[in-house]
Amino acid sequence: MKLSQMAIGQKGLITDLQGDSALIQRLLELGLTDGETVEVVRFAPLGDPMEIRVRGYYLSLRRVEANAIVVEPQA
Amino acid sequence: MSSPRRVALVGNPNTGKTTLFNALTGFRAKVGNYAGVTVERKSGPLKGGTIPAEIIDLPGTYSLSARSADEMVAVDVLLGHRSEDPTPPDLVLVVLDASNLERNLFLATQIFETGLPCALVLNMMDMAETNGISIDTAELERRLSVRVFPVVASKGTGLDALRQFICSDNAALARSPQRVVFPEAFDSATTSLGEALTAAGVAARDTTPFLLRRALLEVGGMAEQRMRTQGGDKAAAAIDGARATLQQAGHRLVSLEAKARYASIRGVLDGVVKIPEGRRETTSDRIDRVLIHPVWGVVVFMALMLVVFQAIYSWSAPFMDLIDGCFGWLSEQVTANMSEGPLASFLADGVIAGVGGVVIFLPQIIILFLFISILEDCGYMARAAFLADRLLSRLGLSGRSFIPMLSSFACAIPGVMATRTIEDPRDRLTTIMVAPLMSCSARLPVYALMIGAFIPAYSIGGVLGLQGLVLFAMYLVGPAVAIPVALLLRRSLLKGPKPTFLMELPPYRRPNWKQVGFRLLERAGAFLKRAGTVIFAVSVVVWAATYYPRPAAVAESIEARYAERIAAAEGDTAEELTAERDRAIEGAYLRQSILGRMGSAIEPLVRPLGWDWRIGMAVIASFPAREVVVSTLGIIFDVGSDADEESDALRDRLVAAQWADGSPIFTIPVAVSIMVFFALCAQCAATLAIIRRETNSWRWPIFAFVYMTTLAWIGALLVYQVGTLIAG
Repeated sequence: MKLSQMAIGQKGLITDLQGDSALIQRLLELGLTDGETVEVVRFAPLGDPMEIRVRGYYLSLRRVEANAIVVEPQA
Repeated sequence: MSSPRRVALVGNPNTGKTTLFNALTGFRAKVGNYAGVTVERKSGPLKGGTIPAEIIDLPGTYSLSARSADEMVAVDVLLGHRSEDPTPPDLVLVVLDASNLERNLFLATQIFETGLPCALVLNMMDMAETNGISIDTAELERRLSVRVFPVVASKGTGLDALRQFICSDNAALARSPQRVVFPEAFDSATTSLGEALTAAGVAARDTTPFLLRRALLEVGGMAEQRMRTQGGDKAAAAIDGARATLQQAGHRLVSLEAKARYASIRGVLDGVVKIPEGRRETTSDRIDRVLIHPVWGVVVFMALMLVVFQAIYSWSAPFMDLIDGCFGWLSEQVTANMSEGPLASFLADGVIAGVGGVVIFLPQIIILFLFISILEDCGYMARAAFLADRLLSRLGLSGRSFIPMLSSFACAIPGVMATRTIEDPRDRLTTIMVAPLMSCSARLPVYALMIGAFIPAYSIGGVLGLQGLVLFAMYLVGPAVAIPVALLLRRSLLKGPKPTFLMELPPYRRPNWKQVGFRLLERAGAFLKRAGTVIFAVSVVVWAATYYPRPAAVAESIEARYAERIAAAEGDTAEELTAERDRAIEGAYLRQSILGRMGSAIEPLVRPLGWDWRIGMAVIASFPAREVVVSTLGIIFDVGSDADEESDALRDRLVAAQWADGSPIFTIPVAVSIMVFFALCAQCAATLAIIRRETNSWRWPIFAFVYMTTLAWIGALLVYQVGTLIAG
């Protein structure tokens, strides 16, 4: 499942990053590494961008960027 | 020791680096620019230290793999590669947000590898405590083998120890911090790459272990480029070969660094940082539930903008009157105490009226920057970008363009400078090109004058005034035009892939009033400096162009025409006639002055906009700085020296101004046409100069000037022609 497809409040485990290598590198630097838990906090009024919580801080990213993050949803 | 110790502050954005800088230097910053790039260099002497030290505030960065101009400068300074900082700093203070050590330490571990003496500054310890986070700083110090200073920069807590450390002797500074352990294959690849590059003739300073790692990890990065230029094909082959070896050994180049660093950081922090179990709802979370709520967020956002614009207009009034009074008094003193002639006219009409007409906006600029500073300081600006991104990204901009655009409502100069935070060059250029369309504070006097004189003051429902609504509409003109312009640019000249929008949403903070006040002073100072230089110069030139040439024959012929009638008239009538004669003389002088001739020459061009030659000449005069138009109109429509937009006399004069056939020049369509022209036109030499500096080419300022001026003419034409149709 892609991170962008998760619902508000849902948590997921990052399993892979796919796509443009510059984007992936930046995501990694920001701490979105394999095995990390991310939580969807909210979506902006027009449905994009989205806000997530990772490594204890809040990050905003667009849906197209969130598409690069493959997650395994947690119960 | 003669030269001061150089201390660099490095850290992620939103770690309070600037607050720490101000606290350490006591607000004594020297702001300059790095040569060739557009990044600000901020440095200042350490206050309260035992030895002289210079603190250098580097741009915020998440990583040393530099992508934006800001990040590139930070890396260059650390390596001693910049002409302003030709040697590496003597000490690097890595500033970290205590509530977010894990991510902040990523950059710190990269800096450890530069081999420079460094220490960690854990800022905003109070916030971490409030959030229930406890940090065992002594243990962190021991594990990383680096000094750790817990501080609250905004309150000055913990700074004494930090100052002492900055001033301690060299031996105390030099420590080698614990480094992240990379896979063995990576280390051996780095070593052999170093040997290959030395053989290829790359200088030793460019093959340090740190740079070798960066070259391997960042494909197409700065370190790699430097090695390729020096070592040619041999170097390129060596780098490609080393990467291939790593890949064969099963390492993904792109994730290798982040994996190794974050794994190591987690190990270091285990047992050092205690975060409360389960997620507690913080105050920030509660505020965000409202402020970025799909509905309430937008409502609050719009309300906030409305309040800002109302405040700019109404709060500033008494202060503006006061400034106006002062300059009026000065001008009167000159007129009363000096004999009539070029010098008195130069002082009263040129210098005092010109500079006074600009200084009067100081209160409005201060109010606007007060709001911007507070919103920036408390963390709302990032939320505004979050809310606006979808809208702006459809236009080929990003949420990050929002802050520069909003700042441009005060002045395009800080707005254009604020685009430095936009990573993507195309995004940045698009933002720079449309930012000057926003109605800056220098347009306000034009709006105020036209609205005050020609828009009826009735109110709708007793609450909303028509004049205020028209003003609000004028402020919407810029964004409305910016949309198609940005879209067109993104599809033509600045075509390219959509850039990323990764932005941290920092927790809300109480604004630091000292900081806000300091920034206000800085802005006000910059504005006054501009008033004292560019605008002063323009005023002088405009005055001269309206004063000369001044052949006595012009006055003599008019005097002769009036002489008999004045002699025949009595009392009040005589006085009135004398006044009329004097005005006629001034008008005649003006018409044949340099600027008057220019106005007459372009009259065919401005007639379709509903303007006469006098408006045309006022507009010509305001190309270097648009706010000059008010004082120029004052000089042209002959009310003497202290004309400003609140001057009733100028208003009355404009209302009374007539065409040759006796019909009024200024009708509502004309007033709106003038306002639209000023809303869209690139009448600001300083903005064009800053665009030149920021883009490092004349191409973009020329482009901005041509497209904006053309748009302004077309816009004014449409408004006047359609307006006349409706009104007529």
